Amino acid sequence: MAEGENKGLVLLDFWVSPFGQRCRIALAEKGVEYEYREENLRDKSPLLLKSNPVHKKIPVLIHDGKPVCESLIIVQYIDEAWPDRAPLLPADSYARAQARFWADLVDKKMYESGTKLWKLKGEAQEEAKKEFIEILKLLEGELGDKKYFGGDTFGLVDIALVPFTAWFYSYEACANLSAEKEAPKLVPWVKRCRERESVSKSLPDPLKVYEFVCFLKKLCSWHVNGHLCRPEYIVGGFRHGRLTSFVG
Amino acid sequence: MAVEVKVFRSWGNPFSYRVELALRLKGVAYEHIEEDLSNKSTLLLDYNPVHKKVPVLLHHGKPIAESLLILEYIEETWQENPILPKDPRERAVARFWCRFLDDKCLVALWMSCWTEGETQQNFMEQAKECLHLLEEELKGKKFFGGDSIGMVDIAASSIAHWLGVLEEVAGISLLDEEKYPNLCKWTEEFLKSDAVMECLPKRANLLALFQTRKQAISSVK
Repeated sequence: MAEGENKGLVLLDFWVSPFGQRCRIALAEKGVEYEYREENLRDKSPLLLKSNPVHKKIPVLIHDGKPVCESLIIVQYIDEAWPDRAPLLPADSYARAQARFWADLVDKKMYESGTKLWKLKGEAQEEAKKEFIEILKLLEGELGDKKYFGGDTFGLVDIALVPFTAWFYSYEACANLSAEKEAPKLVPWVKRCRERESVSKSLPDPLKVYEFVCFLKKLCSWHVNGHLCRPEYIVGGFRHGRLTSFVG
Repeated sequence: MAVEVKVFRSWGNPFSYRVELALRLKGVAYEHIEEDLSNKSTLLLDYNPVHKKVPVLLHHGKPIAESLLILEYIEETWQENPILPKDPRERAVARFWCRFLDDKCLVALWMSCWTEGETQQNFMEQAKECLHLLEEELKGKKFFGGDSIGMVDIAASSIAHWLGVLEEVAGISLLDEEKYPNLCKWTEEFLKSDAVMECLPKRANLLALFQTRKQAISSVK
């Protein structure tokens, strides 16, 4: 690729966001240089609001001034814009459909379910644990004995899921749920993924994630004691299970 | 080479319709298998064990679930009449609007019609915001896909046909011609397509279906 061809590649992101991390991993896999910009979700930049006027959320990838939004859409865009290296989706259409299916499942289930683990208490938390374990077991079943979800090649499903592994420590600390014990087959997969530079450089320290979760829990308890915080109780808050902003 | 394509669907289900429309636009012959959603077949549950929903596309015996993902598969497998642009950025934009429809817009439209009171008012406000965004996106275009029907148009087919029925059943108005002239014009153009009309459920039958459901809900209260 000619020098300067990657000019004007900016990722608007937030350090702890697993959705942003997906994009960082994909860009790293492709060996593409970009500018990382940390957004203050309490005070979103005019660039973010202009680039994602519909959802006003990170991550946004801005390529030569044109924004791409929604993390899995961004990852597929990265794959299609740099098709000459490190394919993130398999070549076969049926295999691609399967990859999209499992990435979509992670999108639909993982964050909302994981969020309930640290937000809820008592019986509600126990229900959330059952739900989360079910999802883990589904994913474990799909991985089977494969090296990665797509087989021998690291790809879309791995990228979709691996950022959430940085939250496993928080889930254990808050909900006494050990993802490693519930889905042991995922353990070697996590290790394998973290050995990739793209992943190890993109994922945050699980202890720092836990610090962040503790901060969010404090916010929640200021508003509604011990119960599930509805999005409207936190200014900006969580929408569709995604952190868009917070007070503090 | 014989192409074996089957669609597990439920009559009147707009997500199933998306799949049938995409196949018809591409001239792909298929067999549809009607599912009773109150009594799902073992086959459906085998083919879609995770979500247990329609639609499911079966191609050479291999199942694909989730309507938007099925559309992507159809696009990659049959090249006639493309429903996604070639340019990666334009593809990302199309995918964005498809997700917007599924995650925000259609939920708000649907819930506006089945709720009451303040809850309904909130959903109607959300629905109007969504329609406004789609109205803006359509500016200067015949279809969301440009000159021809594309994936976003297919994903939005419930706005062209189901929405009017739901509005009538609920006694509300959302798709106002004065406020959303582009969307109304788009609906007209969309419904001119042969492929669209071939498998569209009859309005009168949809109305009867939703009216029955509404009565059933009201009688439970």
